[in-house]
Amino acid sequence: MKIFTMKLFASTAAIAALLLSGCDLPPQETVQRGYRGTGMEAVYSPEALEEIIAANQVPAAIPAVSSEGPKAADIYQNVEVLGHLSVGEFTRLMAAITQWVSPDQGCNYCHVPGEGFEQDTLYTKKVARVMIAMTQNANQSWGAHVGGAGVTCYTCHRGNNVPEQVWTIGVPPRHASGHVHQMQNVAHQESSVFASLPIDPFTPYLLEDGVARDQGNTALPQGHEASIQSTEHIYSLMMHYSDALGVNCTHCHNSRAFGSWEESNSERVKAWHGQQMVKQMNNEYINPTNAWLPAYRQGPLGDAQKVNCATCHQGAYQPLLGANMLADYPNLGSLAPAPTDLVEEAMDVMEEMVEDAVEAIEEMESASLEQDDSASGEAH
Amino acid sequence: MSMLTFEKKYRVRGGTLLGGDLFDFWIGPFWVGFFGVTTAFFASLGTGLLIYGAAIGPTWNIWQISIAPPDLSYGLALAPMQEGGLWQVITICATLAFASWAMRQVEISRKLGMGLHIPFAFSFAVLAYVTLVIVRPVLLGAWGHGFPYGILSHLDWVSNVGYQFLHFHYNPAHMIAVTFFFTTALALSMHGSLILMATDPREGETVKTGEHENTFFRDDIGYSIGALGIHRLGVFVAISAAFWSAVCIVISGPFWTRGWPEWWNWWLELPVWY
Repeated sequence: MKIFTMKLFASTAAIAALLLSGCDLPPQETVQRGYRGTGMEAVYSPEALEEIIAANQVPAAIPAVSSEGPKAADIYQNVEVLGHLSVGEFTRLMAAITQWVSPDQGCNYCHVPGEGFEQDTLYTKKVARVMIAMTQNANQSWGAHVGGAGVTCYTCHRGNNVPEQVWTIGVPPRHASGHVHQMQNVAHQESSVFASLPIDPFTPYLLEDGVARDQGNTALPQGHEASIQSTEHIYSLMMHYSDALGVNCTHCHNSRAFGSWEESNSERVKAWHGQQMVKQMNNEYINPTNAWLPAYRQGPLGDAQKVNCATCHQGAYQPLLGANMLADYPNLGSLAPAPTDLVEEAMDVMEEMVEDAVEAIEEMESASLEQDDSASGEAH
Repeated sequence: MSMLTFEKKYRVRGGTLLGGDLFDFWIGPFWVGFFGVTTAFFASLGTGLLIYGAAIGPTWNIWQISIAPPDLSYGLALAPMQEGGLWQVITICATLAFASWAMRQVEISRKLGMGLHIPFAFSFAVLAYVTLVIVRPVLLGAWGHGFPYGILSHLDWVSNVGYQFLHFHYNPAHMIAVTFFFTTALALSMHGSLILMATDPREGETVKTGEHENTFFRDDIGYSIGALGIHRLGVFVAISAAFWSAVCIVISGPFWTRGWPEWWNWWLELPVWY
């Protein structure tokens, strides 16, 4: 009996030690995210915070150079997205990009030695051009998401040829034939943050036009329909948002009413714009590069490696903890000015006029639709 | 309040822990005692402060009244009354009222020469409350981690605290607690129906005895735990539910800061298959 008691005690202690070994011991750092008592808070272990801070340091900037003097487009050939920079700025940015993206391979990651710099021989050069335009576009058009800090190549690349956290369209793991795998209940998947939720929440919402809005607006069911499948996709996507930013659901939401913008934090608006931005990046910039990519840069279905929240954020609530790296590299702040061809200019003006007219008509239509909606008493 | 004639026989002096003979008397059917006085005092004061909090708050809607704890910035210090201080005083009152009630149960048990099973079981409910509003806030370093006193607001708090850990159903202690709560409900419903079956016979039939009860469950599931056993089982599953509830919340934050689904990676990463 005594031996049994001792064994029991020893094994209990061993199990307790095993369970505690994975734990974070108090004290922890806490952040209040809503009115007191709402339970909107974040809890961080100091060790985890140190890791996040260490992983999000900005490298020293190359000394700035003059924007005066001859333009890159006048000196070099085949400069499309950076032609408006001075030669000095252009050279400085090339050096910076080499540090950020191919510190080991150097210039030769995009340029073939001995060949002219203007040649588009390597796929990496063609992709780099699109990625630079993508970065410029993010800074110019998506201030609602990246405003204040902006993005540079380093925001995602951090010294890697391809950012560490990218995604491709998911394929089901091996399963019995004649059986449709629902792409969920798969163990050890970072994409579902280790839950049993769908393992590819990205395709519907960060590539296709899925709208992450399944919660009804009434306490009792009144005709609102949402499937469990799509609800779980949204849950999985939201877990990814949280995981990518190192936050939890209450960073944006008061969970008593997830859908209510009034009860949400302003970060939710930023996140919404982020979703639209990522969708544009994946569809208009990354997908078109797929034709040039070698198979080892593609997913199992032959698609390009795409962007999600983690690509930039990498565990920080703001990439690089909000450091404004763009201030050191203002050349990435906006797209190259449009070509000055007179005919093209005239065409652009006409196109704009047509667009304005179409918009005005649409606005009038939607205004009358809204009136109809409110008249019939239907809540959105 | 009615009282059975023989109950007077059990009205014995003594057995008090504090106060000696001072409060050792009855008012109607209620024994008073030192801890009866402290219970009444703290319960009345706490309830009065809740009503005061409602009076200075924005609503008298019973569902929406909420007395919230202080901002996290106050840490473990006292806050001004209207900014969470009220919550702090009410918390002290509630804790002392619950603890007094448990001690009162001890005193009455001693008077009657009973075991301390009742205060022991009740203590687990008190433990769960104290864990939520004192132990966990102290471990996290701020009273603001406690839950607000309001019918709906405390549920909103529960919801948000769950979502702080992305998916609370993956909390292993929460799983155990929920299982014990359901088991408690199952055991109580089976036991309750059995007692009603035996003591509430249809017209013309007599009240059944323990033999009928045992035979029913032996026929039904092959085993009857018995009249004493069911109560032992009941107290075990009930206090286990309260105990594991306290565990599941005290580990969330003080001992685990990430999403709960991720906790299970220790299992997936066992050297057996990984």
